[in-house]
Amino acid sequence: MLSDSLLKKFDQLIARYPLKRSAMVPLLLYAQDEVGHVSEEVIAEVARRVEVRPIEVVEVIGYYSMLHRHPVGKYNVQVCTNISCMLRGADEVFEHCCKKLGIKNKQTTPDGLFSLEEVECLGACCGAPAMQINYDFYENLTPEKFDALIEELKKKEPRSKM
Amino acid sequence: MKEQTHKSPFVILDMPPKQENLHVPGPYTRSPSLSPRANPAAEPVTLTINGKEVKVPPGTLVIEAAKQAGIEIPSYCYYPGLTLQGACRMCLVAIEKMPKLQTACTTVVASGMVVHTETEEVKNARKAMLEFLLTNHPLDCPVCDKGGECELQDAVFRYGAAETRFMESKLHHEEKQFSNLVYYDWPRCILCYRCVRVCDEGLDVNAYGIGFRGAHSEIIPNQGEKLECEECGMCIDICPVGALTSGTYRYKTRPWELTYTGTICNHCGDGCKTTLAIRNNVIIRANNRDHSGSNGEFLCVKGRFGWDFVNHDQRLTAPLIRKNGRQETSTWEEALPMVVERLTAVIKEHGPSSVAVIGSNRTTNEENYLLGRFARTVLGTNNLDHHRTADFSSLVGALTAADADGRYATIEDIAVASSILVVGNDPTHQHPFIAYQIRQAVRSHDAHLYLLNSQEIKLQRQAKQVVTVAAGGEAESIRALAGKSSTVSDDLGTLQENLRKESGTIIIFGDEIRGSDVTTLVQWGLTLPGQTRFVALGDYANSRGAADMGLLPDVLPGYGSLADSTACAQIESAWGAKIPAVSGRNIRSILQGVESGEIKALLVFGSNPVKTFSLPKEHLGKLAFLMVAELFPTETSEAADVVLPATSFAEKSGTVTNTCGQVQVLKKTMRKAGTRSDLEILLALARLMGHPWSYRTADDVLREIIAHVPGYAIALPNLLVGRAVQTQPAGTPPALASTDLVFSSKDSLFTSGTVSRYSWALNSVDEAKKPHGHIF
Amino acid sequence: MPGYHSPMGNSPLEVKVISKRFGLPNSSSLDVFVQHDGYQALKKALAVKPEDVINEVKNSGLRGRGGAGFNTGMKWSFVPKQSAKPKYVVCNADESEPGTCKDRPLMEYDPHQLIEGIVIAGYAIQSHQGFIYVRGEYRYLLDIVDKALAEAYAAGFLGKNIQGSGFDFDLCTHTGAGAYECGEETALLNSLEGLRGYPRIKPPFPAVVGLYGGPTVVNNVETLSNVPHILLNGADWYSKLGSPKNGGTRLFCLSGHIARPGVYELPMGFPLRRIIEEVGGGVLGGKKLKAVIPGGSSCPVLTADEIDVNMDYDSVAKAGSMLGSGGVVVLDEDTCMVKLAGRIMRFYAHESCGWCIPCREGTSWLKHLFDRFHGGAALANDPDTALDVSMNILGKTLCPLGDAAAMPTISILKKFRHEFEEHIKLGYCPYEKTVVMSEK
Ligand SMILES: Cc1cc2nc3c(=O)[nH]c(=O)nc-3n(C[C@H](O)[C@H](O)[C@H](O)COP(=O)(O)O)c2cc1C
Ligand code: SF4
Ligand code: SF4
Ligand code: SF4
Ligand code: SF4
Ligand code: FES
Ligand code: FES
Repeated sequence: MLSDSLLKKFDQLIARYPLKRSAMVPLLLYAQDEVGHVSEEVIAEVARRVEVRPIEVVEVIGYYSMLHRHPVGKYNVQVCTNISCMLRGADEVFEHCCKKLGIKNKQTTPDGLFSLEEVECLGACCGAPAMQINYDFYENLTPEKFDALIEELKKKEPRSKM
Repeated sequence: MKEQTHKSPFVILDMPPKQENLHVPGPYTRSPSLSPRANPAAEPVTLTINGKEVKVPPGTLVIEAAKQAGIEIPSYCYYPGLTLQGACRMCLVAIEKMPKLQTACTTVVASGMVVHTETEEVKNARKAMLEFLLTNHPLDCPVCDKGGECELQDAVFRYGAAETRFMESKLHHEEKQFSNLVYYDWPRCILCYRCVRVCDEGLDVNAYGIGFRGAHSEIIPNQGEKLECEECGMCIDICPVGALTSGTYRYKTRPWELTYTGTICNHCGDGCKTTLAIRNNVIIRANNRDHSGSNGEFLCVKGRFGWDFVNHDQRLTAPLIRKNGRQETSTWEEALPMVVERLTAVIKEHGPSSVAVIGSNRTTNEENYLLGRFARTVLGTNNLDHHRTADFSSLVGALTAADADGRYATIEDIAVASSILVVGNDPTHQHPFIAYQIRQAVRSHDAHLYLLNSQEIKLQRQAKQVVTVAAGGEAESIRALAGKSSTVSDDLGTLQENLRKESGTIIIFGDEIRGSDVTTLVQWGLTLPGQTRFVALGDYANSRGAADMGLLPDVLPGYGSLADSTACAQIESAWGAKIPAVSGRNIRSILQGVESGEIKALLVFGSNPVKTFSLPKEHLGKLAFLMVAELFPTETSEAADVVLPATSFAEKSGTVTNTCGQVQVLKKTMRKAGTRSDLEILLALARLMGHPWSYRTADDVLREIIAHVPGYAIALPNLLVGRAVQTQPAGTPPALASTDLVFSSKDSLFTSGTVSRYSWALNSVDEAKKPHGHIF
Repeated sequence: MPGYHSPMGNSPLEVKVISKRFGLPNSSSLDVFVQHDGYQALKKALAVKPEDVINEVKNSGLRGRGGAGFNTGMKWSFVPKQSAKPKYVVCNADESEPGTCKDRPLMEYDPHQLIEGIVIAGYAIQSHQGFIYVRGEYRYLLDIVDKALAEAYAAGFLGKNIQGSGFDFDLCTHTGAGAYECGEETALLNSLEGLRGYPRIKPPFPAVVGLYGGPTVVNNVETLSNVPHILLNGADWYSKLGSPKNGGTRLFCLSGHIARPGVYELPMGFPLRRIIEEVGGGVLGGKKLKAVIPGGSSCPVLTADEIDVNMDYDSVAKAGSMLGSGGVVVLDEDTCMVKLAGRIMRFYAHESCGWCIPCREGTSWLKHLFDRFHGGAALANDPDTALDVSMNILGKTLCPLGDAAAMPTISILKKFRHEFEEHIKLGYCPYEKTVVMSEK
């Protein structure tokens, strides 16, 4: 289910802490990166490894906004609309993203390629408006920049998938 | 050779050990959390609250200090005995020299502190918190299950904030059924986390968590959408609002339409106080409403939900008489004379020793006492016994012999003990309240818990040392500890060493220790430092009382020996009749007598020997006469010539004695048409047999018990105000004839002998269907 | 593909101390760091007594850059010398305060500076393990910092017997997963222990009972990045860089309607007006200034008339706001303050951990109120209600997030009441569609 390299990473991460439970969030996040979301299997596996009961993992997942229990698109587009970005037109950018991708906040395109999410401050306020696609930052966004980026990402995908 | 270890049938869910040296003091944690402890031994601290001087031990919280001064500070998340949260902010008070309002539930008193709880600022803060709580709260108290006993409703009434300025639409989540017994209604939840904590800290089940965050935070159960837990319902009871509701009570009625009677739970031997709520002569709910008694708000699943058998439609409500091989419905007027007639005939033909009586471990002391008198003086036989689930008699004998007859621990003592040794038994299942008390001792008093057991039991999680022995090895280990056996393992050596460092250990033992092993345990236990005290664990509401009242062939009420002429004389003078000198048959011998034909007539009161002793039913066919007084048809009653419909614990008055030897009052709560109590049955039978006893009520019998039964000279007023009054039995009963006379039914949390078969609630939860003794 | 370049500003008015290596090629590497005074301070610290290190930091006037501005040396001195449980140093790199993006360049361009600061802190309180808690969104920084950590281990600046001093110290990164509240120090500790990021009751303070119950120092990235410079150049030098009791320089993140947004290192006490006009090149598009948020979204706003204030903790506090996290957000004349208040509240409602009633219910209430208000369904008493609700949150919550939500709101409601009245009168927002798109 989970790759060997990820399981190895699990071991390394757990070894960092005096208390195994401490590794819970990192484990969940890295597992999510690989699986696409925090699946039931991931919950069970992480619970087992950090020696807690599954409900404690569920509690933690519910708390952190980056952890999802349901699949999201391959490219998770997260647009900041917090104040610094808002002042620089983030709301318009976000609206444009909705139109371009044809989806609304917290939705995924039917081909499973893109998800869109309005997020809070990303720590890129001086490059506002900003967004992250997965973990990559894009700053000083404009609708044109966004379109170009989406086209580029689409091109990277094998045709068969579309 | 590798010793075969006993494999427990219990499933133990993957539960991490609590990490002892990694103390996490957060408001929300699963490890030991903030819980300041007042130190009553230290010099008190003086502070001023609303101008009143208050002296309290250091470490006391302001909210508790105020309580002592008679000043109430409202609180939701604070709950005495549970860890601190600082979440609801209801308890904000002004403390001089502090810049902002402080939470009284997390602030520890300091000398010279000046606290104000009723300033405008404080009152406004309180109102504000209530207003916040009501923003997303449905304001439909009239249809809420908690209406009339809701802490939020009360607070709004007292502190204001009824009119709301909240113009937004309320957030909503659908109500969820966590289990057949527990429902959760999110909009009503004020997130005080009491349920989470009581389940974790009190029950050590830890079935709840918190999902999402912010205004969408919610209580979540451990199995996705469902709970898998002990189903004790503590969370329902402790919930200040109507967010958690009971599957058996919800929407059935309104609290003010009920009548309430405080009585004692009839299931295990722990004797929890409970309040039965009645409407139209039907029990609607049980909870320890006024939190009186040692169990406070505690009740286990049986106590809280397992009373519905009382209302079961298969209850016997008319006597049955066998006619032409079939049991037919009859009347008391026909049945009682018939019993007398048949009994008299048997005695006439075969003598009193052909008659035997088996009593109950659930009926009242008064009934047991009268049953003994009936057997010994009316029938003229000592063929009298009951299903003994603990060897109380040997404990009394051993303590008396050691001149240590005060060394009985009460159920309250357990919660404040500093050291506890549990030998055998699985208190979580068999004695849920004692298990709770043990956990409390560990949690609140850092008690050291030692376990000696052949199975894995849940209390291991609280234990300082667990000695696991081979199946049935508990007694052998006790002998080893006492130096009577050479097979001392390393573990036992360590246990011995550890216990020698403790003081005032309470030793709690199950049916694994009986007969001479009890004596060995007592003798060894008394060599430990401090005042060692003892508790024998017996099943059901009145196992202890059955033994105390002498429902035994060779033991008189109060543990005098039948062979002891002074003891006999004392009881005889009370009864104004002679006790037959020939010793009687114990229960195994009675049942053998049934098989061999020597016993011709058998009277069974509230007992099911066919099931309990695996007696082949056809043996009963050899009897000339079998009478059974019961609540429900049982394997034994089916073979009876006469079946008398008895009253349940809810329908009669009297007293019961818990497994620690504390007497409590059982109050009649309701009537069940057609039934009669054992007391009434015995009085009638005695009268018909020419013994017009002068007792008119159970109270009359109790007064005689107090006056004549050694150890039962208790203060009646204490009993009547609802206390659990400790008895001090002493005596020199004969040694246990054979160890197989004592054995526990090993009920699980969800079973309680016959009656649990007739409880919808106990059978409705999935956990009850898991392997016996499923542990969480 | 994305360039990983934290948006830096560049101004001749800057005094570069912690950002002095930022422009160097390959500045995050150990080699470059060592060539430019790197790890010299650590060597110096290891040669003196831990108390001396604490005193030096205390005397430098270094105050926490995470927001609260507590004297750092003082905080360290609260850690008990003897402790049965291990002590810890935790670096708070959860940077999530809207308007703030200064820890990012510190980790991106000079991770060794931070590591050096942490090891010195560890030595000062005699701790042997540290964690860098990085917000989950900063994944690329984890890689950069992890690489630097590996280099530092290899070169003997971390691990056993550091530089032959006999002092051991282990350090690693830890990733969060999206929660502003986890920047609050006690919530951070719970989060680091694998729990929900709920804050803890104080007292006990982390310095006494912190991570895993051991004494713990929690410091911001910028705070710790300053430490090596103090050790190297002396407390006196450092304190003189800034204003009285406010030692050193600080990174200001200029964002919003400003001509030259970016992160600038300026001396403590630098005047706010000059930051906007000279450093940032004035309001974007030459518009008029309406207001400034001086230290991240949690701080009360200053109106255009209130910007003659020196940017140090005490002066800004005197002006009725806070220096906070250094996020200076500039608002031009066309900004709708109602919309701003609503957006700020949406953030706090989203980030409220939900533990305590006033913050959980209050932020959610206000969020919905502002949304409705700005959406055209304004009621006459909404501003009063909103003010009252904010006042009912203020000072009554378990952790300061409640205050952080209430303070800017109260300031906007009080200082820009007329804008609310206008919305009520018009029934719609007079500013809609005046937002300026990014010009870059
Ligand atoms: C809601 C909230 C969020 C915070 N977020 C951060 C943060 O992201 N980074 C940070 O360094 N401090 C943050 N703080 C401040 C920390 O609680 C703490 O004061 C700081 O880490 C101490 O470090 P310092 O003394 O070096 O400033 C936050 C505080 C609160 C109340
Ligand atoms: S019923 Fe008892 S065991 Fe079950 S969740 Fe509630 S408190 Fe816990
Ligand atoms: S369900 Fe009841 S006890 Fe549990 S948190 Fe909600 S209000 Fe409190
Ligand atoms: S612990 Fe025993 S006495 Fe108490 S409620 Fe449960 S069954 Fe009844
Ligand atoms: S103020 Fe209360 S609800 Fe808000 S973040 Fe802090 S603890 Fe959580
Ligand atoms: S406000 Fe958008 S990145 Fe900070
Ligand atoms: S009772 Fe004090 S905060 Fe809840």
